[in-house]
Amino acid sequence: MKKFTFTEKKDTRSGFGEGLLEAGRNDKNVVALCADLTGSLKMDAFKKEFPDRFFQTGIAEANMMGIAAGLATAGKIPFTGTFANFSTGRVYDQIRQSIAYSDKNVKICASHCGLTLGEDGATHQMLEDIGMMRMLPNMTVISPCDFNQTKAAAIAIARHHGPVYLRFGRPAWPVFSPANQKFEIGKAEMLSKGNDVTLIATGHLVWYALKASEILSERGIDAEVINLHTIKPLDEKAILQSVMKTHCAVTAEEHQMFGGMGDAVCQVLARHYPSPVEVVAVKDTFGESGKPEELLVKYGLSPEAMVLAAEKVMARKKAELQA
Amino acid sequence: MHSIEQLRKICTQVRRDIIRMVHGAQSGHPGGSLGCTEFMVALYFSVLNHDPENFSMEGRHQDLFFLSNGHISPVWYSVLSRSGYFDKKELSTFRKLNSRLQGHPATHEGLPGVRVASGSLGQGLSVAVGAALGKKLDGDTGLVYSLHGDGEIQEGQIWEAAMYASANKIDNLISTIDVNGQQIDGSTDEVLNLGNLKDKWIAFGWEVFEMDGHNVDDILKIFEKAKESSGKGKPVMILMKTVMGQGVDFMMNTHKWHGVAPNDREAETALSQLEETLGDY
Repeated sequence: MKKFTFTEKKDTRSGFGEGLLEAGRNDKNVVALCADLTGSLKMDAFKKEFPDRFFQTGIAEANMMGIAAGLATAGKIPFTGTFANFSTGRVYDQIRQSIAYSDKNVKICASHCGLTLGEDGATHQMLEDIGMMRMLPNMTVISPCDFNQTKAAAIAIARHHGPVYLRFGRPAWPVFSPANQKFEIGKAEMLSKGNDVTLIATGHLVWYALKASEILSERGIDAEVINLHTIKPLDEKAILQSVMKTHCAVTAEEHQMFGGMGDAVCQVLARHYPSPVEVVAVKDTFGESGKPEELLVKYGLSPEAMVLAAEKVMARKKAELQA
Repeated sequence: MHSIEQLRKICTQVRRDIIRMVHGAQSGHPGGSLGCTEFMVALYFSVLNHDPENFSMEGRHQDLFFLSNGHISPVWYSVLSRSGYFDKKELSTFRKLNSRLQGHPATHEGLPGVRVASGSLGQGLSVAVGAALGKKLDGDTGLVYSLHGDGEIQEGQIWEAAMYASANKIDNLISTIDVNGQQIDGSTDEVLNLGNLKDKWIAFGWEVFEMDGHNVDDILKIFEKAKESSGKGKPVMILMKTVMGQGVDFMMNTHKWHGVAPNDREAETALSQLEETLGDY
């Protein structure tokens, strides 16, 4: 098992801010829009360096999405920035008609996703965004694992033509992926090879999957860990290759169990290689106020919860083999 | 440059196209389409600086038009084809399987002239503002035009865009509202009273004009004034008075023909009131 360590914790939204700035330096057509959350989205540096290419829309997200579609029509590459719930649920129809159906080159960048938003509570803890966005034709859905990867993803999506949903978060989180990495949209990342069970995680929970694999290793279980940073298009080949070897999988995401990344994985397996899967996700309930780590424990998204899920799915695999 | 008389002749033909398309598909929205015929014809044949044969998404150094009330697609499709964006024969495919002429306008099938999908109401003003911002960034002096229904401005997003456009001096934008006083469930007064539209838009910081949407001469004059007002720090709004169903006597002044197709007999009656001036498709 490959050992992962980190030297510092940084928020993924700051990775976005740095990536956006670099994307802006790479291409003068990159423009940014924000609905009164410039500091929270870490868009200040872009705003400072490119004041003419930064658009403050005020607290009016629907208008922001429409303006972004118009800017894209004019050949610009607009990045919109606000919290995940205001980036998706609040403006779903605007995204659907003016951006996705119209195939506009808009990058919808969403911070404060999932439970790790923390103390602000359920109103702001968006847990349905992956589902909403991956249902839309033309939409690419990306959920990077840490600061470095979020920065790389922000740079990469500017070079990709078409609508993209980029999901990241608020808390300082272990930085374990390489600095200045190349981000390949649609390619799952094999982090640690193993033979007994496949752990497929996305976003903040990739770090937890690595922790879970360490615990499993101590118990003599050899887990394979995949960072599924792109949820759409889905890297079906990587998922199938791994599960054809391990014959079972655990998915982990900071999202509702219905409609999320786990569903996407289950659908691939059901179609091509039916295998036992346990989905580590929020179980059809809203979140609440609390500290990020406390919330992840309470809602069953901790490394320990993944370990239990892995043991359960391996028991199911064994039962099926014996049947 | 087309004479007023030529524009009127085009209007008659466009109205025939609308009736024939909606009748042929047995679905669509004739009322608002008939009401906006003079506006669309004047815009595409006299006002816009555009290049119909060489349509590009960006439309650099040209004027752009966004139809926000996408359900009046019949009038738009007719005017697009009659002004050279695509062959008029294609009008016969309206709302049928495998057509580029979708029920509501879309870019998905690549129909020249359409730059964004519309139909779900209230979104087009924001898109027009974005396109206008894009032109400003590029130093492109083309203007951006948009059209909206009066019922449509009940959508909150319109007022988000209205506030943004004046606060940010989007003065290369000329928007128009089709004030026909009708919407699906009845008159706008009954459904949700719009209040004093002129006062509202002035209060939101726009330069406001009023025009008679069936008087081609007046339309051209007001557009000229609107153009003169552009570039002066304010977005421009034209409140255009129209009659829903204009040009077909039994469709006029009622919301009943908002989204209903005429049957064979009704279509025949309607067409008998509209002279074929340029040849049917």
